[in-house]
Amino acid sequence: MSILTVMEQRGGAWNRMSFETLAAAQQLAKELKTTAGAAVLGQGVEALAGELAGKQLEKVFLVEHELLKEYTPDGYTSALRQLVAEVKPEYVLLPHTYQVRDFLPKLATALGTVAVSDVVAHRVDGGGLVLVRQMFQGKVNADVRFTGAAPHFASLQAGAYRADQIVEGSAGVEKFTPAIAAGDVRTRPAERFRESARAVDLSAAELIVAVGRGIKEAENIGLVQELAHAMGAELAASRPICDAGWLPMERQVGSSGQTVGPKMYMAIGISGAIQHLVGMKGSRTIVAINKDPNAPIFEVADYGIVGDLFQVVPELIEALKKPK
Amino acid sequence: MAEKPRGQLQVQAPREVLVERGRFYHRSHGPDGAFEIAPDIEAEDPGAYDPLAAARLMAAALRAEAPDLVLTGLQSDDLGYGQTGPILAELLGLPHATLIMEVEKLDSGIRVKRELEDGWFQHVEMPLPALLAIQSGISRLRYATLMGIKKAKTKEVKRLTPAELSGDAPVASIRLERVYLPERAKHTQLFEGNAKEAAARLVEKLRFEARVI
Ligand SMILES: Cc1cc2nc3c(=O)[nH]c(=O)nc-3n(C[C@H](O)[C@H](O)[C@H](O)COP(=O)(O)OP(=O)(O)OC[C@H]3O[C@@H](n4cnc5c(N)ncnc54)[C@H](O)[C@@H]3O)c2cc1C
Repeated sequence: MSILTVMEQRGGAWNRMSFETLAAAQQLAKELKTTAGAAVLGQGVEALAGELAGKQLEKVFLVEHELLKEYTPDGYTSALRQLVAEVKPEYVLLPHTYQVRDFLPKLATALGTVAVSDVVAHRVDGGGLVLVRQMFQGKVNADVRFTGAAPHFASLQAGAYRADQIVEGSAGVEKFTPAIAAGDVRTRPAERFRESARAVDLSAAELIVAVGRGIKEAENIGLVQELAHAMGAELAASRPICDAGWLPMERQVGSSGQTVGPKMYMAIGISGAIQHLVGMKGSRTIVAINKDPNAPIFEVADYGIVGDLFQVVPELIEALKKPK
Repeated sequence: MAEKPRGQLQVQAPREVLVERGRFYHRSHGPDGAFEIAPDIEAEDPGAYDPLAAARLMAAALRAEAPDLVLTGLQSDDLGYGQTGPILAELLGLPHATLIMEVEKLDSGIRVKRELEDGWFQHVEMPLPALLAIQSGISRLRYATLMGIKKAKTKEVKRLTPAELSGDAPVASIRLERVYLPERAKHTQLFEGNAKEAAARLVEKLRFEARVI
């Protein structure tokens, strides 16, 4: 097997992004004329391995240890290091989740190599595999090639590959028990928690007007608020607006904020970084107002105005006042 | 953090080191020094410094300082690899955590609040020395006072070159081959002209074509 997919689970429930990565592994195996396998780490996760056994894979590794019950960077790095030494894959693919961001650079370093993070596409040419990743917050793409020795690690961005293209099949499950000593794990994680109940549930909103750093100052938020009011829309924001305390955290849309899917999402002065896009790209109609025609937000927008929001927004408010 | 007046964190003697893409700010009880690592871009291929090669230099500089706490950012706005923190932790043999929103000093070490996906959080405890990759929004930048600026000017900024830190030439395990504008995946209807016309056209489309308002 030359491609190993590391799936992510917590408490026996999948992180669904893993299946996009699995689909990518199958696709890559076909293109490179090789085979793919998958690994799931945890404790008491046989059922998950069983589910993977129904996919077209060469083998499924059930990596179990008491110290893998809760995720820790030390535990996961140790276990995967041992698994990779045993399986000797050429490529190791992982979903680009917060957890993977936390341990993958450490794991790659332990093996003397660098992972390619945030991959959005790939191609195979004469010289081997080329990975496409985003830079400058999604404004440009870059082609990256591995130049060192295998294993080569890559983490794949959400939405880059389609989980519904997974090919079913059957694969044997192999148990792998890594040797991890309690003293190897230096961090102690506690239970996950959420802050007090959210006062605003943006996921139920039909119309959302969202504001980003293009608004420049806290005092200008009122302008966008007025537009939201004129449309009967909920107000939302990108992360920097909430980080600065200009709007409460509960109005943040994106990977660490809320995921929304309104009838209409209007992004005003928001560049469209991937962490924002994952929270709103399921919206039915997307509108972008941005002065930069190359802003990544236009890639997901149905309608757009390239212009200065301080001129456009007051005109939108005016236009909305006119009867249909 | 060291100057947090009423926070739970009281850094006793430890020194923290802030790392920011090749530039380090090192302080103990307020900034008392900084060092900067600058490759000679005339003589060297900057492409040879992938995140690991760059972190190796930082680790070499940091080892001599033996800090109790190393703070890094999470991800740069340019290359955006988002890896320097955990790589450095591994090179220095330190426990680490990323996406940090709060730090609290305990007798046994520190307790941090990590951000997870979808509005979830988690506390994690670890001994010192340790490395933390800080998430945005944890604190606001403040402007330095005139006194502070004056004082900062008297602090030493150590300038280190890769040659001083490592005898070896950097070896990259990934290579950036090409940088280009992505293709537009979707056809966006763009309204141009002056703001008034564009706004009127957009509202019309939203009312009668998309029928969302
Ligand atoms: C782990 C992690 C988690 C994250 N989670 C989230 C998250 O949940 N949500 C989130 O939003 N971000 C998140 N981010 C941050 C994300 O990467 C981006 O930094 C952020 O989304 C950028 O916000 P922005 O678009 O408002 O700002 P910028 O990227 O600065 O964009 C501002 C935009 O405004 C435009 N503009 C400026 N002036 C004007 C004007 N006068 N008129 C019109 N347009 C103008 C500019 O052209 C630019 O496109 C996360 C990052 C990381 C690393």
